[in-house]
Amino acid sequence: MGIVHGEEMVLNIGPQHPSTHGVLRMKVRTDGEILTQITPIIGYLHRCFEKHCENVTYQQCLPYTDRCDYIASMNNNFGYAVAVERLMGIEVPEKVEYIRIIVAELNRIASHQLAIGTFGLDVGAFTPFLYCFRDRERILDLFEMLCGSRLLYNYIWVGGLSHDLPAGFVEKVYEFIDYFEPNIQEYNDILTFNKIFIERTADVGVLPEDVAISYGVTGPNLRGSGVKWDLRRHDPYSVYDKLDFDIPVGTGAMGTVGDCWDRYYVRIREMEESAKIIRQALDQMPVEGDIREAVPKRVRPPKGSIYVRTESPRGELGYYIISDGKPKPFRLHMRSPALTALSVIDEIGRGWMLSDVLAILGSLDIVLGEIDR
Amino acid sequence: MDFLELVSYINSNFVKNFVPVEEEALEDHIDCPADRWRLLAEFLRNDENLEFDSMMCITGVDYGGEEGNLGVIYNLFSMSHQHKLEVRVTVPKSKPVIPTVEDIWRIADWFEREVFDMFGIEFDGHRDLRRLLLPEDWEGYPLRKDYEFPETYHGIQINKVKEGWE
Repeated sequence: MGIVHGEEMVLNIGPQHPSTHGVLRMKVRTDGEILTQITPIIGYLHRCFEKHCENVTYQQCLPYTDRCDYIASMNNNFGYAVAVERLMGIEVPEKVEYIRIIVAELNRIASHQLAIGTFGLDVGAFTPFLYCFRDRERILDLFEMLCGSRLLYNYIWVGGLSHDLPAGFVEKVYEFIDYFEPNIQEYNDILTFNKIFIERTADVGVLPEDVAISYGVTGPNLRGSGVKWDLRRHDPYSVYDKLDFDIPVGTGAMGTVGDCWDRYYVRIREMEESAKIIRQALDQMPVEGDIREAVPKRVRPPKGSIYVRTESPRGELGYYIISDGKPKPFRLHMRSPALTALSVIDEIGRGWMLSDVLAILGSLDIVLGEIDR
Repeated sequence: MDFLELVSYINSNFVKNFVPVEEEALEDHIDCPADRWRLLAEFLRNDENLEFDSMMCITGVDYGGEEGNLGVIYNLFSMSHQHKLEVRVTVPKSKPVIPTVEDIWRIADWFEREVFDMFGIEFDGHRDLRRLLLPEDWEGYPLRKDYEFPETYHGIQINKVKEGWE
């Protein structure tokens, strides 16, 4: 029998596709089932974040940052507030710093739960998704108790917070942590060490360290490649330097360092660390303190510019702000960690089959709202 | 190395007095002419004492005003030496061309495309300079200060933004 000669085919994945985590279109060139080129086409969710911000005051920019990474709004608020505060030289009361860390880490857990749940969906495991959402729901309930919204909080303001902690909130968070920590073992039993899951993810989509750094990949994806790098530790902001936590990195336990399984497992370990941080922050938080003490009446930073980066659940979330001394930002640029993670997909996805590329995409944990802004 | 050490290192090892040092005027960034940027970038990336291996952020800016200058701000970081540097390249609006660094830091590929998309700054030598976020047939560069909003897009009416919206 002779060799069958096929020709290359160009396929569109998305914009509407359950595995693209939003409105992402990928133009792929396929040779049989092997993908030889992947071109992500983004911008379907572009909402002119940066242009809007030039036309509103600094406080009014805050709700827009919620809507960029809508899975981890607290962390987006946090980064923006830290950036404007550094530009203005505002010192925030200690109680506010601890509350910020508690809500940011709770949001990190919620975000990672969504990430690993949908990653399970991408590789064909439906049940873990329900377990993750069962626990994520509790965090959203806590946030609802805190500020009234479940997804877009607008909670961390420049210089303070929108609401003080409601009565009984601290106990509820303790209760949640006590409930949640043993549940991580459940995720491990049901998904992490599942044979089929390991077969689908180990050795797939290996992202080497130097490629990751050159592509600006940050956060859990970079740590999955074995780089011990966390902005909370290495470029500390807020009071993270007073808290004790580990930085989990990929070790190649199931295959090669930097494969999909490593990136996934870093997130599981990070949830444990976040729980640890929350517990410490609750213990150390001062009881007294006015959360609106440092909130400025008018936010009008002096002339100058600043680049501030914080660790969002997806990686290095940076804000570049240029102020000309007016109440509106002259220029506000957001450095999106998901954008850099997506840009690497062609490099590490080439040569893999279509279903593997969807697994790689899931392991990168992108949020299109943040990529398109 | 902190910023002043970086400046003196660049001045002594790259080009003599490349960064003019006037103690008061020196902020925490260095300015680079567009035609020297490519050489400086290679130096910053490859010199073993600097080794800026990570491009944190590329920001395009329209400085507005009379001269109408456009600028690109590069925020660099070195993972091995743990120091950072901000480099600003400014070009006139009449001829906005900057050499690309997309093959030095791979992420600059998409970052430069975004700047091109929003400001119309062309990156000379970029292998795939297309719009990143906006549709390919979009006209104009929206983040420029003198951008005028189109009235229609493919025959669809675009609502006017209300003035004095604060």
